[in-house]
Amino acid sequence: MRHFIVVGILTIIASVLLYLGLSAAHLMPVAASAQAVPIDWMWNLILIVMSFFFSLIVVPMGYSLIVFRRRRGETGEGAHFEGNTTLELFWTAIPLLIVVSFSVLGARNLAQTLARNPQAPVIKVTGLQWSWRFEYPADPETGLVVVSDQLHIPVGEQVLLRMTSSDVIHSFWVPEFRVKQDLVPGRFTELTITPTEVGSYKVRCAELCGTSHYSMEKPVVIQSQADYEAWMAGELEKAKLASSSPEGFGQLLVQQNGCAACHSITGGTLVGPTWLGLYGSQVELSDGSAVTADDAFIAESISNPQAKIVKGFESVQMVQYAFTPDELSAIVAYIKTIK
Amino acid sequence: MKNNSLGRAFLLLVIAGAIGYGIGLGIDFSIRGELKLSASVPSAFALLFSFTAFFFGLYGYRGITRGLVFQVVGTVIGAALVTGIRALMGLESIGAFLFTEPAWVFGALVGVISFFFGVGVMTDWVKWARGIDTPDHHEDEPGWQKYFGVSLDHKVIGIQYTVTALFLLAVGGTFALIFRTELAASGLDFLTLDLDVFNQNGPQLYNTLMSLHGMIMIVSILLGISGIMNYVVPLLVGAHDMAFPRMNAFAYWVAVPASVLLLLALILGGFDTGWTGYPPLSSRAPLGVQMFFLGVFTAGWSSILGALNVIATVVRMRARGMTAMRMPILVWASVATSIIALTATQLIGLSFQLVMFQRLFGMGFFDPGKGGNPVLFQHLFWFYSHPAVYVFVLPGLGVISELLPVFVRKPLFGYRWVAMSSLGIALVGFVVWAHHMFTSGMNEYLRVPFMYSTMLVAVPTGVKFFSWVATMWGGKIETPTPMLFVLGSIVVFLLGGVTGPPNAMVALDLHLHDTYWVVGHFHDTIFGGFVFPFFAAIYYWFPKATGRKMNEFWGKVHFWLMTPSFFALTLGMMFIGLRGMRRRIVDYDPALGFDGAHLFLTVCAFLIAISILIFFINFFRSIKHGEPATGNTWNSRSPEWQVPSPMPAHNYEVPFEVVGEPYDYGLPGSKFVEFAAKTAGKH
Ligand code: HEM
Ligand SMILES: [Cu+2]
Ligand SMILES: [Cu+2]
Repeated sequence: MRHFIVVGILTIIASVLLYLGLSAAHLMPVAASAQAVPIDWMWNLILIVMSFFFSLIVVPMGYSLIVFRRRRGETGEGAHFEGNTTLELFWTAIPLLIVVSFSVLGARNLAQTLARNPQAPVIKVTGLQWSWRFEYPADPETGLVVVSDQLHIPVGEQVLLRMTSSDVIHSFWVPEFRVKQDLVPGRFTELTITPTEVGSYKVRCAELCGTSHYSMEKPVVIQSQADYEAWMAGELEKAKLASSSPEGFGQLLVQQNGCAACHSITGGTLVGPTWLGLYGSQVELSDGSAVTADDAFIAESISNPQAKIVKGFESVQMVQYAFTPDELSAIVAYIKTIK
Repeated sequence: MKNNSLGRAFLLLVIAGAIGYGIGLGIDFSIRGELKLSASVPSAFALLFSFTAFFFGLYGYRGITRGLVFQVVGTVIGAALVTGIRALMGLESIGAFLFTEPAWVFGALVGVISFFFGVGVMTDWVKWARGIDTPDHHEDEPGWQKYFGVSLDHKVIGIQYTVTALFLLAVGGTFALIFRTELAASGLDFLTLDLDVFNQNGPQLYNTLMSLHGMIMIVSILLGISGIMNYVVPLLVGAHDMAFPRMNAFAYWVAVPASVLLLLALILGGFDTGWTGYPPLSSRAPLGVQMFFLGVFTAGWSSILGALNVIATVVRMRARGMTAMRMPILVWASVATSIIALTATQLIGLSFQLVMFQRLFGMGFFDPGKGGNPVLFQHLFWFYSHPAVYVFVLPGLGVISELLPVFVRKPLFGYRWVAMSSLGIALVGFVVWAHHMFTSGMNEYLRVPFMYSTMLVAVPTGVKFFSWVATMWGGKIETPTPMLFVLGSIVVFLLGGVTGPPNAMVALDLHLHDTYWVVGHFHDTIFGGFVFPFFAAIYYWFPKATGRKMNEFWGKVHFWLMTPSFFALTLGMMFIGLRGMRRRIVDYDPALGFDGAHLFLTVCAFLIAISILIFFINFFRSIKHGEPATGNTWNSRSPEWQVPSPMPAHNYEVPFEVVGEPYDYGLPGSKFVEFAAKTAGKH
């Protein structure tokens, strides 16, 4: 009996210490969204249960190892008992009760993170190898649509992300917001977020999506309503300006579609060839031939990248982009300027 | 004799490797028009030539050597056939890797089938088909040579499985060390963008190594549990062999060409999909993904046929008096595992096969552009791959329950409950698959029933833990090396167990999914449920197989080096995972401040590798130089220890009858089995 009391006390002490230690360690990153609140609440609850069950097994095991070890010169066998049905029923029923209650709580918890305001503005998100594209609601006055590779949201405002992918599966994850949702080609998935803390974060693609999955990260900026409006006005200005010159429009398209993930404009080789001095140069192809990088070649390389493969880049498949002819010639015009 | 042939084998390996490389380089040069040392074709030739030559030096042109030669020749013939047909049809006939993708796939398939004929597992069946009788048993050669050819003895096959599993563990571990080294600091350190090896740049090579690490380790586990089950189950139930010895041999030999295909995947362009192979990524990946799919598909046969054999053996061949409730626990666990392997493995084979067809024939199963559905793949895949994790761990948990009473000198607490909990886990395991898909875009509220079912698995798992603790309570505990590994298993698996429920809580999993938290969690479950028990089983049954013990001192060094490093490794992984470290990335944002943590994890990984190296040296040395141990080394009640070691070729000379409970340690005068009088006749 004495053994049971000692072990019981030790187990309780160990659970409490373990839990206090774990919660003092601040294992989760900063919570910056309303959705993080129920999730962190659940995490804390789980920590308690984890600490308890871990101690409940480890402490009696350690105790047995010390107290019931075979001592030097000792012979004979252990005490002979084969089981105890009451005890077995007990440690089946109690955990059963615990897991069912957790599941009930878990369902409620899920509903809280999904809670959504039907009036929330919708931002269209597209994942592409290896960048993010955010399309904001149209400007009510001019009808202009801002597209960016950055996500800006005013603090405290709930937004609905309507997401899809143009190639393979990606996953939207901002660790500080906690929630995560895959982007699947051919369908739309949704995610509600309500940022609560001003700051700069990053959306980090969480689903393996090929060569540069590791660098598929873009800024997420949570700002005050005023800062947000200023940013939006600037972007609208850029969009307006861009639509007046083809180079400007091309540059905007390049930025929106994340081409820089693979192509540098400074001469360094990333996943794809650099654009520096590309226009008019002689390009060696993988089949040994060479072509001049004229308008037609560049346009074809964007809309049908597999047609002519540049030597040294056989192992990478560039995504096929569906730009309109106007957009294509704007991009070519922009590439011409990179000398 | 052995040292000589081993030296010769290594010499041949180097020479043939060089010759193969040279031939490949020549072929590659003739296509490419320039010399490229790091291209795929030379290395593919070098790999196949050197493997084959190694076994030739060791064993001559028979058994495995002949199988590999047949595989190489079959692959080339098959590929040439498709190439010829394509040329006639006016299709492209030369690809980036010498052959085109359809030619490689067909060739690889022909190669695998050729291997079976070459190695000789089909011989008896072919004879039967032609109406020729063969003897029931084939006598094996004495000594180590029998392990390199087809043997029908379950003990030989068990050891073949075990050694192959250890080999793959070493290969997969080496891959892990390579990419762990890359992760030690942020930035692309040596897997850089301008690297060009096997047609892959640095990040692509990282993805390939990471993906192959996963799948090679999984195949290693499947072979490892087959090793334990093959060696031990017939001995525990008192059978003279498995129910279908030829099928048993076949199931083992399937794994060899499968492993060759997996290694070829690395060289033939690699693949960047992880072991999960989700389309559309896998339908666009390089050629390597086809070799990977075909390798897994082939290895799956090993699981399915092996499982069938275990079930038939346990159902039909138990000793007299061994009722269901008197079977050793490991036998229960093996049956539970085999039920899953027999019924679920088809689904992973099918899902991979569908992607293969999508690539080869343009069928759009998972292609949204053709009305297909990428999420469907995930359902098919996880319908096997979740139950599969219980395939990995149930035998290991069986080993824990089997060995614990021997070293605690007390009965297993709650035998029935432990036995039934294995079945319970196996059954519930079939209805939890979608917990891997909480973020996949499946119906939002359908996630809730999967949360319930997943949480339910915790109950039978808990029963096992409580029973183990109660078994230890009041015992007379001894801690030789096998027991240390049993204790390690329990604590490591416990850590894997308590970090599981957070993933089951849907909302919380939205944060945890696809992070290093999950990587830490599943390494805990796999090490606790397989790697530690596997080592325990090897240290424990080694004397039974060889008549010698492995060195205790180095066994303890292995344990005390590996266990703390492993705890540090996985706890560290979970920590950075919670704080934002995504899974499957070659590089991480330095702003996250993980450099120090990653360096620490890399050091831990190398410490684990060193401990496993110590194990390997101990293992191979002890075969010849270990302390002789021919009796009941661990003072066990189990039947295999009541006869001298090493085990005779056809197991028990006289059959035994079960007369008591398996684990009644401490009950004076009781016995589990009793051997019939010597005159009672043979089987
Ligand atoms: C020294 C020992 C080991 C180390 C250091 C190690 C390290 C790692 C790391 C860092 C990853 C994550 C890679 C990434 O997400 O980028 C990983 C993945 C994985 N490991 Fe290990 N590992 C070890 C042993 C094992 C063993 C023994 C097994 C199985 C028996 C195993 C099975 C897996 C699996 C299935 C994956 C997932 C691969 C994927 O995401 O597709 N590992 N390992
Ligand atoms: Cu990604
Ligand atoms: Cu699962």
